Amino acid sequence: MTTQAAELVRPKSSTLAGRIVEFISKTPVHIALIFLAVVWLVPSVGLLITSFRTRSDIANTGWWESLSTLNFTLDNYDQVLGGADMGSSFVNSILISVPATIIPLFIGSLAAFALSWIRFPFRDTIFLAIVALMVVPIQMSLVPVLIFFRNMGDFLANDKALITGSYMGIWLAHSAFALPFCIFLLRNFFITLPRDLIEAARVDGASNFRIFWKVVIPLSVPALASFAIFQFLWVWNDLLMALVFVQESSLLPLTVRISQVQSTYGVEWHLLSAGAFVLMAVPLVVFFSLQRYFVQGLLAGSVK
Amino acid sequence: MSRSGWQAALFIGPAVILLTVLLVYPVLWTIRLSFDTGRGLEPRKWVGLDNYQRLFTEDKRFLDLTKFPPEGALANNVLWLVLYTSICLIMGLLIAVLATRVRYESVIKAIIFVPMAISAVAVGLIWKFVYSNDTDIGVINALRHGLWGADPIPFLGREDTVNYAIIFAYVWASAGFAMVVLSAALKGISQEIIEAARTDGASEWAIFRRIQLPLLALPISVVTVWLMINVIKLFDIIYIMTAGGPNGKSQVIGYMMYDQTFQGGKGGYGSAIAVVMLLLIIPIMAFNIKRFRSQAIQG
Repeated sequence: MTTQAAELVRPKSSTLAGRIVEFISKTPVHIALIFLAVVWLVPSVGLLITSFRTRSDIANTGWWESLSTLNFTLDNYDQVLGGADMGSSFVNSILISVPATIIPLFIGSLAAFALSWIRFPFRDTIFLAIVALMVVPIQMSLVPVLIFFRNMGDFLANDKALITGSYMGIWLAHSAFALPFCIFLLRNFFITLPRDLIEAARVDGASNFRIFWKVVIPLSVPALASFAIFQFLWVWNDLLMALVFVQESSLLPLTVRISQVQSTYGVEWHLLSAGAFVLMAVPLVVFFSLQRYFVQGLLAGSVK
Repeated sequence: MSRSGWQAALFIGPAVILLTVLLVYPVLWTIRLSFDTGRGLEPRKWVGLDNYQRLFTEDKRFLDLTKFPPEGALANNVLWLVLYTSICLIMGLLIAVLATRVRYESVIKAIIFVPMAISAVAVGLIWKFVYSNDTDIGVINALRHGLWGADPIPFLGREDTVNYAIIFAYVWASAGFAMVVLSAALKGISQEIIEAARTDGASEWAIFRRIQLPLLALPISVVTVWLMINVIKLFDIIYIMTAGGPNGKSQVIGYMMYDQTFQGGKGGYGSAIAVVMLLLIIPIMAFNIKRFRSQAIQG
């Protein structure tokens, strides 16, 4: 996240004494920062340690005490991942998130291309109308979309649960909801591509689809990656849409499953702590491996 | 239509169809349903403005003006708006300013930012754990008990602490966003100006107050808008931590919409709450988009 820290710190003293004086003069800064770091770390570290403790240890002593006893186990993770419920929800979360990222990415980039590089009537009006849809909170579309899915299922196969009993509903709902932001982000990136390059391809007789696929997409990987990461984590972390649009209990994603475990079994911390870290594992891996794209996507997403 | 017109239609067609069917039409339908009882989530009986009237004048769970300060879901959103937004901004700014002065800047920033990546479900669980009134589970009550023998407080089970407890948990999850945006902006400020001020004998506080803070006005507004929209859409963390309790004391409008609609079956009433959410977001977003457009023109 940062590269320039060194330049911004005041010129360093060359002597040891100078350095010590400098360090001490900054003591209040160090104390404040370390205090904040502790406040930010303790909650998650506590739960992480708990997830490796036995059920009886959790019930009888605080997690901080196992810092000295060092009595750890992988049983909780074994139960969570091996259990029919949470283990399969982990797979479900992937099966929901990946298509719910790819569908809007594909449809949105096609639209963003037309909105940047094909001339047609009312182009800017359509773009503004799409961007304006970013104001709509999910709550505004939950009920009608649910009813629409029921009616569609009824119409297609005489089965009201056809769409909400499969992943179709949640894929489509997430895709539609992501499109305004996706189109906004990608269109703003596509128009910065050099005009000469696109025109040259046109002169060479390339079709619009060919220009899109062979010129624009390869040049836009950073923007596409930013959106994809943002959207994947959005869907992975989502609770509200999954609660409404996934009605078949064997298809529930982790977020919903964990909230069910919590309300059904109360304070089963050995399962909840391990479940929470299984849920967090994917975002954390994405975060640490693709930090740059993640922060970019997030900053761009601040308009969402 | 011209050839390029047809091609454009093929390119934007899928997006326009999906948006019309699953976003534009639902918005109109929800507005329609908000004037109806909407039992069973479908139009049953037109009731005009009854739902809105009930929300603002009768339903004490939504807005209770007979108390001081006012209570109810909407009043809670105002409390969130004031506390959550200001604490996130102050924390973000404080960390951004302090962290540039030390060598372990990137470590500190990563620690503060990481909670941004995880689900509100996980955030809720982590903090339920911290707030537990079992002194073998909750670290806060364990500390209070261990240090001065205080009786444990069920932070999430008491009406006078529950909102502050959830707000702080969510600050923990979002302050990293404020920090990243403000820190990037701080680094954009020319070091020459700051060094010049230092040479002229300006104190560190004067440098912050007179040079850095004014130049941060725009990023601060970006962050504020983001945080405010977060507050209006608030749902997951409430669902996980308290489900609106105790006694509906921690309800917010986003949660109440879900609760009334899907747990209470009152589609019309829930839709009216959704419309209120939209009406609250529109002015904030309009401000945001206007600013982005003016930036795009300048840039």
